[in-house]
Amino acid sequence: MRALEHAGPPGAVAAAPSAWDFFADRAFRTLAKVGAYLILLLLAFILWQVGRKAWPGVRDYGVGFLTSTTWDVGRGQFGILPAIWGTIYSSFLALVIGGFFGVVMAIFLTQDFLPPRLAVVFRTTVELLAAIPSVVYGLWGIFFVVPAIRPAADWLYTHLGRIPFFGSTLSGPGLLPASLVLAIMILPTVAAVSQDALRQVPYRTKEAAYGMGATRWEAILKVMLPTASTGIFGALVLGFGRALGETMALAMLIGNSNQLSLSLFSPANTLAALLALNFPEAGPREVAVLMYAALVLLAITLLVNVTGEAIMALAGRKGGR
Amino acid sequence: MSPGTTPVIESSAGRWMPAAAHAGIPSLRRSRLEHRALRSGLLTGGAWAAAILASVPLVSVLYMLIVRGGARMHWDLLLELPPAGFEMGGGFGNAIVGTVVMVGLAALISVPVGIACAVFLAELGPHSTLASAVRFSAKTLTGLPSILAGVFAYASVVLVTGTYSAPAGAVALAVLMVPTVVLTAEEAMKMVPRITKDAAYGMGCTRSQVIWKIVLPTALPGILTGVMLAVARAAGETAPLLFTALFSSFWLVEHGAVRLMQPTASLAVLIYNFSGMPFENQIELAWAASLVLVMIVLFVNIVSRLLGRRRV
Repeated sequence: MRALEHAGPPGAVAAAPSAWDFFADRAFRTLAKVGAYLILLLLAFILWQVGRKAWPGVRDYGVGFLTSTTWDVGRGQFGILPAIWGTIYSSFLALVIGGFFGVVMAIFLTQDFLPPRLAVVFRTTVELLAAIPSVVYGLWGIFFVVPAIRPAADWLYTHLGRIPFFGSTLSGPGLLPASLVLAIMILPTVAAVSQDALRQVPYRTKEAAYGMGATRWEAILKVMLPTASTGIFGALVLGFGRALGETMALAMLIGNSNQLSLSLFSPANTLAALLALNFPEAGPREVAVLMYAALVLLAITLLVNVTGEAIMALAGRKGGR
Repeated sequence: MSPGTTPVIESSAGRWMPAAAHAGIPSLRRSRLEHRALRSGLLTGGAWAAAILASVPLVSVLYMLIVRGGARMHWDLLLELPPAGFEMGGGFGNAIVGTVVMVGLAALISVPVGIACAVFLAELGPHSTLASAVRFSAKTLTGLPSILAGVFAYASVVLVTGTYSAPAGAVALAVLMVPTVVLTAEEAMKMVPRITKDAAYGMGCTRSQVIWKIVLPTALPGILTGVMLAVARAAGETAPLLFTALFSSFWLVEHGAVRLMQPTASLAVLIYNFSGMPFENQIELAWAASLVLVMIVLFVNIVSRLLGRRRV
């Protein structure tokens, strides 16, 4: 050890590590490894903890919990089919609207439509949309979106009420306002990930398209989008995953009514909103049932997110080719 | 046509650009009213319209925050306690304290763990099986719905300690912050040039010394950006606090003692609770609290962006 410490010539800056250095090195590296294991453990612990607390609910209510439509604490009847339906329906609507605007925004920001300064303005706008807390969106939805869409909703109900989508009046909170706000909330996710996908397309691919005499939109629609399609699809899946788990805006806007309806204007429920509303006042029995609902939500979101990440990984590999 | 010209050019010119066909050279000019150009122009207009439409919500949210929140804004709001039922006046001082305390606690938990993990991912075993497993779980945790972080904290803190409390809320927020810290810190550390590190190794540094003296200081702005982003997100989170910290109409500090193990107010939960009340006073307070919350979140966001810009 000693010989090592004085390995360099006198006055040299370089020196071999001392015994203390070796010890500190090992200790710190172990610590970092522990940190890494902690992340793994955290995910496992979350799954285990939710699963364990949900077990009494799973045992008592079984699969019928997923297909029953009543939620009656007094009689001890619990079912989450309306909540599952509402979760998927609202997220799907949000995906259609938010996904469209998100992808258009990504094209707009990456395909040289804007002078650099204006591009910064729009890019910042999208990033700020992501920064605003969901509870603020909920408040805005109650006092802006619901009143704003009411005239259109009333008109659609009176004139096209026979179509099931418009088959009820908008009494305040409902599926459409909730989905609109949800769409705004997933737009930044879709836009950001799609932008990455579009930027990964090699520049010469676009140049080649222009060189063949393609117009800007022919280049975008026939070359850029197909080339980046895997990444954009991944962006949509990740956006869908975000929409499924979003809680506050929905708890404030969807109306929390356990019904199965196709109508865009009727109140509905989602799994996350169900948890948010019932957990604070739940007794031990209801907690077990809510944990079961949480487990279902966890399973759905994990499935969607892992799929999204897998698609992104695939897109990354393709981009490098 | 003279035999020297290639028929390919001529035929394509004839099909695409009739105006220039007689010259035998394809014209590069294209009429804006030609079918393809027209379609492109219309789509460009559509993209502009969509982009502007997508910016409307942000403008509208900010406008309403300033008009409705600003109308009620006053320094007293930051110092007073929330009003009950029919009470007039009041404020949300305790909620600001609660939010700051819980986000601070959450950062204390998540930042050291997150950075330690990122050090492993970026420097110690970037290609190990453990690293890919950890990266996978971090990405999965990023997509974890915030309400489920609340459910987790409820099961592992509230049920164990038997009370809603600030630490329970902090645990829920920490779960949400950790993956952001890990992934951004890893990215920041990966940007540190290899040459710099090799130079340090050449001087006889251990790996830990290289990490402490070269990697962490160089990556610091990037790491801080990630931490600030996580803090900004956590400050606005409501769902994980609903049934972990619950809400309270009292100060966290009573009779000179900090009481952490009791229900704790936060700005986000206050906005949620007050927005559903039938009292005008509470709704005004919800708007004012939203304005304060958004200002805090945007401030932290801007700071993180400035930090990020300094990174070369």
